Amino acid sequence: MSTTVDIGTKNKKGQVYTDPNDLFFKTPRTSFFLTGSEIIKEAIKRSSCGMSVAYPITPQSEAASLIGELFAEGYVDIYSRGASEFDVMSICAGGSFGGSRCFTTTAGPGTLRAMENFPMWAGSRLPIQVCITCRGINSPLSIQPDTLELYYMLETGCLVWHAETAQDLFDFIMKGFIVAEQPDVHLPIAVACDGFFVTHTKDVVMMTPDDMCLPRYDPYRSPVPCMDMECPPVRMMRDPFVMKNNYISYATHASWQQEVRAAIERSRKHTEALLDGLIEVENGDAEVLIVSSGTAVSQGREAVTLMRDEGFDVGLVKIKTLRPFPSRELQAATRNAKRIFVPEFNVASWLAREIKAVVQDNQRVVAGPHVGGGMTMPPEIIMERILRTLKSDKEALAHV
Amino acid sequence: MSKERIKIAPEFRDIMPPEYRDLVDDATWGKEGRGWKDVGTSKELIEEHSLCAGCPESMAFRYILSSLPSPEDTVMVGSTGCTSLVFPHVAVHNIHSLFGNQNAIASGLKRSLAARFPDQGKDVVVLAGDGATVDIGLDSTLQSWFRQEKFTTICFDNELYANTGGQESGLMQKGFVAKMAPIGKQFEKVRLPEIARESGCHYVVNCTVSKPSLVEKVVRNAVLVARELGPTYLQMYTPCILEIGKQSMEGLQEMRDSEKPGLRFAYKEYASPEAKELIAEIAIKEKERKAAAKAALAQSSV
Repeated sequence: MSTTVDIGTKNKKGQVYTDPNDLFFKTPRTSFFLTGSEIIKEAIKRSSCGMSVAYPITPQSEAASLIGELFAEGYVDIYSRGASEFDVMSICAGGSFGGSRCFTTTAGPGTLRAMENFPMWAGSRLPIQVCITCRGINSPLSIQPDTLELYYMLETGCLVWHAETAQDLFDFIMKGFIVAEQPDVHLPIAVACDGFFVTHTKDVVMMTPDDMCLPRYDPYRSPVPCMDMECPPVRMMRDPFVMKNNYISYATHASWQQEVRAAIERSRKHTEALLDGLIEVENGDAEVLIVSSGTAVSQGREAVTLMRDEGFDVGLVKIKTLRPFPSRELQAATRNAKRIFVPEFNVASWLAREIKAVVQDNQRVVAGPHVGGGMTMPPEIIMERILRTLKSDKEALAHV
Repeated sequence: MSKERIKIAPEFRDIMPPEYRDLVDDATWGKEGRGWKDVGTSKELIEEHSLCAGCPESMAFRYILSSLPSPEDTVMVGSTGCTSLVFPHVAVHNIHSLFGNQNAIASGLKRSLAARFPDQGKDVVVLAGDGATVDIGLDSTLQSWFRQEKFTTICFDNELYANTGGQESGLMQKGFVAKMAPIGKQFEKVRLPEIARESGCHYVVNCTVSKPSLVEKVVRNAVLVARELGPTYLQMYTPCILEIGKQSMEGLQEMRDSEKPGLRFAYKEYASPEAKELIAEIAIKEKERKAAAKAALAQSSV
């Protein structure tokens, strides 16, 4: 019954199915200068994607349209437009229930319109990948970059990875399929990037050869039955899930929620191997650390340089995965820091809250600077916030 | 999936649940001409149900499951509501995901199965209540029809939200007093069969489930037309006896009373020209099959 392809054979487009580790780490890469949206297309071209469903949300739809071109060329088996993000995510669910590797994209209001689907995906153990190209979700209508929507994604049961650059995006999309589809994980994955900053700018990306691709998804490695009537149907339970007078029903739901979260944690070992850890640390011994995810990391990196020019020793921690959240890694990385700054592109400072929840002496964490609504965050703002805080700390110490 | 695949290894036979042993030994999977007359004599594809005593939905479920042309290659998609109380007991793969997205799920599922099993003819059948089909899920329902998705949608129309206690629904009759319609429903029953026809469904039937042979015929037609041509829609009156003040034994009569000529569940059928042609072909083949079976029986008794 297994649909695992033989490594080394070719698909109908002549691409060679390649062992993921060989594809990611051994094959020579070539540099290309492309937009983030084009990078998404290139990653999908190499991912043996069975189904992609599109909805034209303003203005990050370019990637979904480009995947349509891949379908026309024969690299994607099934492709269509859905009627809304809710519709799209449900069609993807149907495709995944039926045993196809599914990919879609959304952003901002689309993420929220689709939201009911994400915990359903996780609870149904569907390893669908959604690429979230973040944008504002507020009213008045906003199409600007803003990462507030990721706050809503954190407890959906999905794996959530946050790309800083187009290079991350390329790697995360392909590696995301592999981690999400592991039998001991088998969960949906949201690979996020910051809209416009990553999707609409060009960057140099080192890509794997386009005549090589990932092995196809094998639905029979799933921990739950594939809904294709190719394995015997089982009577699921004596009483349905919704029976409220049944303790077993409560226990079923409670244990399933725990299992989904345990599966997120089990993804760590696969993720660490493929992403070289859940975080990346530069100058971790510094007493002042900037910790962030997405393009805020790039701004933080610039701020580190500015601070060094001014004679300050500042380090940088880049968070790659929001779920699983790198709690242990952050505890270790921030052990010596006296101050931890968390720049973010959203009004809620959700990442700072997450970090405060796991590090010791969390009064060290400064939730900011944070900007919302698409405002830019020049590194000078980060530097100013650090200097102001350090000055305040010094004055407080003098006062004591 | 062939019946061969569900066979039990002899070593494990004694520890398998009895209903599974019955499924292997006595189900009508793979049997040509299976139908409602198998109910009660062969293993049924529904074990028990958690519906109210005398609920017409339970009858409808049995007739529909016994009438599927190829249950061994059929996946059903349900939605939230009374039907979701039954699906855990049904011996074909079935999906419940959210309330109202059943036709979107079925769209992705059907396309995936068509791509993965191009020669096997996997059927997808949606079975949901009127709240899921016409109210919260109308968008997904219509969009799947517009897209000409090749699966059957069956709506159990009980004219209200039964599972949540009898609230007004779009398919409720105008003037009916119900929860959330305290002075009577203010607008007409949504004419979904007509909308289905205009939306591109190739076969549409509006009926009750009072006559099992009729249910068998329309279910077979709907599934086989969907398999070959495109979307099909069956709207079946399955009254909620609890919420309309009837007794357990009165469901059948309620359906008979509602299907009289001129009433809202009088039998109505629409078939596109292509569907008519296909149904005629199917009828001829069925006639030939029955004649051959009869001849074989006569031969064997000689």
